[in-house]
Amino acid sequence: MAEPHEVIADTIEVERYELLQAPLYRFDQSRRSFLKLMGAGMAILLVAQDVLAQESGSGGPPTSIDTDRIGAWLHIGPEGAVTVCTGKVEVGQNIRTSLAQAVADELHLALDGIAMIMGDTDLVPFDRGTFGSLSTPAMAPQLRRAGAAAREWLLDLGAESLAVERTALQTIDGRVVHARSGRSLGYGELTEGRQLSRTIDASTVLTATGQWTVAGRSAPKVNGRDFVTGTHRYPSDITRPGLLVGRVLRPPSFGAELITLDDGQARGLPGVAVVRDGNFVGVTAPSEPMADRALAALSAEWRQQASPVSAATLFEHLRATAVSDHLYADEGDVDTALASATHVHAQTYNIDFIAHTPLEPRAAVAEWSAGAVTVWTGTQRPFGVRAELSRAFDLPEEQVRVIMPDAGSGYGGKHTGEAAIEAARLAQATGHPVRVVWTRAEEFTWAYFRPGGVIDIRSGTDAGGSLVAWEHRNINSGGSGIRMGYNVPNQRIEFLRADSPLRQGSYRGLASVANIFARETHMDELAHLRGEDPLAFRLRHLADDRMAAVFAAAAERLGWASRHKIAGRGFGIAGGTEKGGYVATCAEVEVDGTTGKVRVVRAVAAFECGAIVNPLQLRNQIEGSMVQGLGGALFERIGFAQGRIDTASFARYRVPRFSDVPELDVVLVDRPDLPSAGAGETPICGIAPAIGNAIFDATGIRLRSLPLAPRGLKV
Amino acid sequence: MAASATLTVNGQVRSVSDPEGKSLLSALRDDLGLVGTHYGCGEGQCGACTVLVDGKPVRSCLLEVGQVEGKSITSVEGLATNDGLHPLQAAFLEEDALQCGYCTSGMIMSGVALLARHASPTRAQIVHAMEGNICRCGTYTRIIAAVERAATIGRERSNG
Ligand code: FES
Ligand code: FES
Repeated sequence: MAEPHEVIADTIEVERYELLQAPLYRFDQSRRSFLKLMGAGMAILLVAQDVLAQESGSGGPPTSIDTDRIGAWLHIGPEGAVTVCTGKVEVGQNIRTSLAQAVADELHLALDGIAMIMGDTDLVPFDRGTFGSLSTPAMAPQLRRAGAAAREWLLDLGAESLAVERTALQTIDGRVVHARSGRSLGYGELTEGRQLSRTIDASTVLTATGQWTVAGRSAPKVNGRDFVTGTHRYPSDITRPGLLVGRVLRPPSFGAELITLDDGQARGLPGVAVVRDGNFVGVTAPSEPMADRALAALSAEWRQQASPVSAATLFEHLRATAVSDHLYADEGDVDTALASATHVHAQTYNIDFIAHTPLEPRAAVAEWSAGAVTVWTGTQRPFGVRAELSRAFDLPEEQVRVIMPDAGSGYGGKHTGEAAIEAARLAQATGHPVRVVWTRAEEFTWAYFRPGGVIDIRSGTDAGGSLVAWEHRNINSGGSGIRMGYNVPNQRIEFLRADSPLRQGSYRGLASVANIFARETHMDELAHLRGEDPLAFRLRHLADDRMAAVFAAAAERLGWASRHKIAGRGFGIAGGTEKGGYVATCAEVEVDGTTGKVRVVRAVAAFECGAIVNPLQLRNQIEGSMVQGLGGALFERIGFAQGRIDTASFARYRVPRFSDVPELDVVLVDRPDLPSAGAGETPICGIAPAIGNAIFDATGIRLRSLPLAPRGLKV
Repeated sequence: MAASATLTVNGQVRSVSDPEGKSLLSALRDDLGLVGTHYGCGEGQCGACTVLVDGKPVRSCLLEVGQVEGKSITSVEGLATNDGLHPLQAAFLEEDALQCGYCTSGMIMSGVALLARHASPTRAQIVHAMEGNICRCGTYTRIIAAVERAATIGRERSNG
């Protein structure tokens, strides 16, 4: 089990395959410092603690480190306007609001007094990316420190200007106030038109959690009105003078090689250009219908060389190509303990590939000027995309600017810069700004997937039903959430790499969804084999108080002890911990005895992630995780064969809709005494095993694959 | 087809050039700059592109410009008036019924159409009417609460 305070991952998890990939295209053709952008006012530059860790994780050659030593910066203009710059980006997890809350608290300002600039590589400090649930645990304290340092400095300046004791001053609502004399000065006034800047480190004292006034409370989305009135501009909405629409010709199957291209007909269309560079073929046109016509008019011949592996042979193939990669735990002697155990239970759990399907597909607008390129794109890693562009076009990074307007979500699926590179290549060739928005079919086919995997678990119990041995081998899906959360003296926990037939990468919660599903299903099996209550069996093996607390909270809210089963219905419980968050989920399902249709009637999640920053947003994130997790639990699955995706539309790939959503109940367990951990991912982990266990309770049918019942149960 | 078509959008008469083969979605977004209506699938499956045509919710990605000439089109940009937000827009904010917000405009348009038909929709009616709208962030329960809240506000207004 993770140490309670271990919330900042400093290494890249194995299953973030997309970050280790070779560049997407090899074209045959061969910072600006934000400091100088600051005008008068006060700037606080905060040196990041983990600069080197960030650098090594950027996936490319090390970038320059001078200004990159800064983790965040904050500026107070002469009129008192507060601007905060961070490399984190907004994809619906609402950090534009929660990070502003952190600064507002330290600066004693209202939330709307703070402007957040996020994910613009020319304006914000280097950041590895918005993933791993690190925005709240890592970035919020940094911004707090910057805010606190600015506040302390403003008090110094106030004491000077007002010629009073510093201790007699307070910061209230954007002013330094001397209560005794009634005199005060605004934050902006205190800078007196000077250009002040100070670099601080991580030692600044922060407002204690108990004294938060803005953070710790619910705050609605700061720019919510823009979204409900349709005025927010997503990456797909960016327009530039002379903008052309770009489309890319996709191969008929993965790995196909272009042999010949006849583009005569397409070139004859009004305003159409065709760009070919190596295996890359794209068209541009003045309008969308014309771009579609041009793409359809291309006639290409491909050499196909797809892998013979299909969804039907996936698990066999993974097993056949597995190679040991990492031992997460090797304690005691598993083989001996299994040999002498009273009962040995061995099972295999299969996990299918699934897709993120953010509702806004990949999108980018690229514009070149004087040899430099600016790209607006939806990505969780603007600096990663900058590095990709710099490599693809052989440009110094200073000549690449990536701007990330708040985008239509990501869920770990937008770490890469495909659309950005494609738009930039087309814009370079045509001399016009170009927009590339992937179609839904492209997003389903050419993005990367949540890895499929095979998990083998062998457990041994003694005569009293206590665990004595545990072996967990995960092939391909990854190592997150793989560590055994229950007490067992002998354990071997291993991750094995395998050959993946599909492009794969990060997904919300990473492999903890798969690993916790397998472990929590297995634990449930053991409890039922013994005829013991599944919750009691878990608690009996649990030493971690935080985990036990969320189990207790979820069970209490559901009414686990007094649950009353009616025919066709069942209850399940499951839980786990990852990235400093603890989740326990209970589900009640109903199985239609005639059709086999499974419906989740009710789901309860108890979640604890340290001190709560914004309860409203936290609830929203947990509910969203449960709904998304329900899709992967019950029916989401990528079908593929012969190097093609068979499920490249919402008609063929089912995602949760209104009628799938159960009554959701969220219990927040607040621990103001602990640092805040991220909440966007871990709550997704409990729902699949809770549903699977509930299906067993209802029907006696044990399901060991995700998705559990894509076409309902065979009854 | 003619070199241009005339559409009535949010009460204004607008001209769209080269309408042949152009979807209403593309006309709204690219010709008229009304980018609050979103692309999510282009095949009628997600509802991100929902607008009202003569008060009925339609998938603008599936309609061609020629099919809506002479009809009255309302997009999300046409909902708020000088008196402020439409009750459903306000309810979305009050219920925090969005995360990334990409589905929001389509959800609101489907909800507005539903409320016009049923001033007090039941939960089942809401689910049924909005089943074609996907929220990938999973804010469904909040969206239902927002529609219910807007219905309450609407009833109060018409009673008061
Ligand atoms: S974009 Fe029209 S329904 Fe999805
Ligand atoms: S809020 Fe993101 S898709 Fe609905």
